[in-house]
Amino acid sequence: METNGKRYQPRIIGFLCNWCSYTGADLAGVSRMKSAPNLRIIRVMCSGRVDPAFVLRAFRLGADGVLVAGCHPGDCHYKQGNFKALRRAMFLKRLLREFGVDERRLRLEWISASEGERFAQVTNEFTEQLRALGPLQLAAQPEAAAAAVQEVAAQ
Amino acid sequence: MSAKPKVAFYWCASCGGCEEAVVDLAEKVLDVVAAVDIVFWPVALDFKRHDVEAMPDGSILATFINGAIRMSEQEEMAHLLRRKSVVVVAFGSCAQLGGIPGLANFWSRDTIFHRVYQESPSTRNQQGTEPALETQVNGHAVTLPVFHETVRSLNQVIDVDYFLPGCAPTPKLLAQAVETLLSGNLPPKGSVLAPDTALCDECDRRETKPDRMMIKEFHRPHQVLANQEDCLLAQGLLCMGPATRAGCEARCVQGNMPCTGCFGPTSRVTDQGSKILSAIASIIDSTDEAEVSRILDSIPDPAGTFYRYSLPVSLLGGRRPEAIPR
Repeated sequence: METNGKRYQPRIIGFLCNWCSYTGADLAGVSRMKSAPNLRIIRVMCSGRVDPAFVLRAFRLGADGVLVAGCHPGDCHYKQGNFKALRRAMFLKRLLREFGVDERRLRLEWISASEGERFAQVTNEFTEQLRALGPLQLAAQPEAAAAAVQEVAAQ
Repeated sequence: MSAKPKVAFYWCASCGGCEEAVVDLAEKVLDVVAAVDIVFWPVALDFKRHDVEAMPDGSILATFINGAIRMSEQEEMAHLLRRKSVVVVAFGSCAQLGGIPGLANFWSRDTIFHRVYQESPSTRNQQGTEPALETQVNGHAVTLPVFHETVRSLNQVIDVDYFLPGCAPTPKLLAQAVETLLSGNLPPKGSVLAPDTALCDECDRRETKPDRMMIKEFHRPHQVLANQEDCLLAQGLLCMGPATRAGCEARCVQGNMPCTGCFGPTSRVTDQGSKILSAIASIIDSTDEAEVSRILDSIPDPAGTFYRYSLPVSLLGGRRPEAIPR
């Protein structure tokens, strides 16, 4: 997708767990692997710490995609956290659909501490996928009472 | 003129249930009437808009406004009453959160008009007439208020001092609120005039809530016969208690119905729907994707269920306009 001759750059927020995925991202970095610069990483202690409201807030504040990454099933430092993340992500995708938001904008991945390459690959793939989907436009926030006033004036 | 403090009530996009809550004060309403002058209350008293316009600004001690804001006329009245009042209380779920009318934010004005005035099975409208802002009747122009694209909560339109939650607020909370206002000892602006704990905290069935709750299947209230003693969530009924503010004394649960969340979230939560979604996802008893998916199928409309009263104030606000089917 191109706008004004410039390639559209999606904004991605990534919630990466401290024990696996963040370390995996770190490994990609120290191994000098190239990956898209579109991902802004927030380190959390566990993917199970990612409150669904974090994801929605990221979308509200301008993210085009949200990545939640944690340890592979069975490897969670807190035993069950990544399963909670799985169920929340599956549920959230259903919720997003009802709001007319493409569920592919939320991505859950298992990335271990040794999978730097996988981290880079996921980042690149997700960036390309979001580029194809285009910018996310949510329903206007009704706080903008001014917008309603203009609406009346326009009629 | 008496020197009693003046109080007003007004309704916007609402069902009238909040007006019932005032009437449900029963004999206590006499104490209220003894203490204050009700200067405006369209549902019960014959005062008109021009009567309010004639009042000096700030002359009403408190105005209780119920209902969400959908029409321009409601918006105008909200602004007018704001000017005339020292304190404005958003009364009930619709004024506080957008309420049931706020669920309309899953659709656009056009889709709503089309559905309601043309498609619904009980409608016969061969000319395909839809409400217009102005129409000619016998040579006179007749006008209607503007139907806004979205439904808004009261504080998305005017400055609100206090919120009294509930669909409808309980008479007890209303009586307490009136007492508080008359005492002059006002809580901080923006306060929700109800306890700041989750409903489970005051639920009679609290003791029956298992330490570790795990659910294999969710049921809707009409699908099962819930027993009258145990935690409804533990019985697989979607009870919003964990993500809802206390204050109603768990009335629905007392009636053996799960909480639907009308009191909104506590002060630590901004988005009630995603909070209950998080809680429900945590107690699903499976780690297998296919099985989780099957269990989630037993909750057919998570957005409508979890944001039943709070869609307009939610983080996503409503359905993306581009995604609304024509």
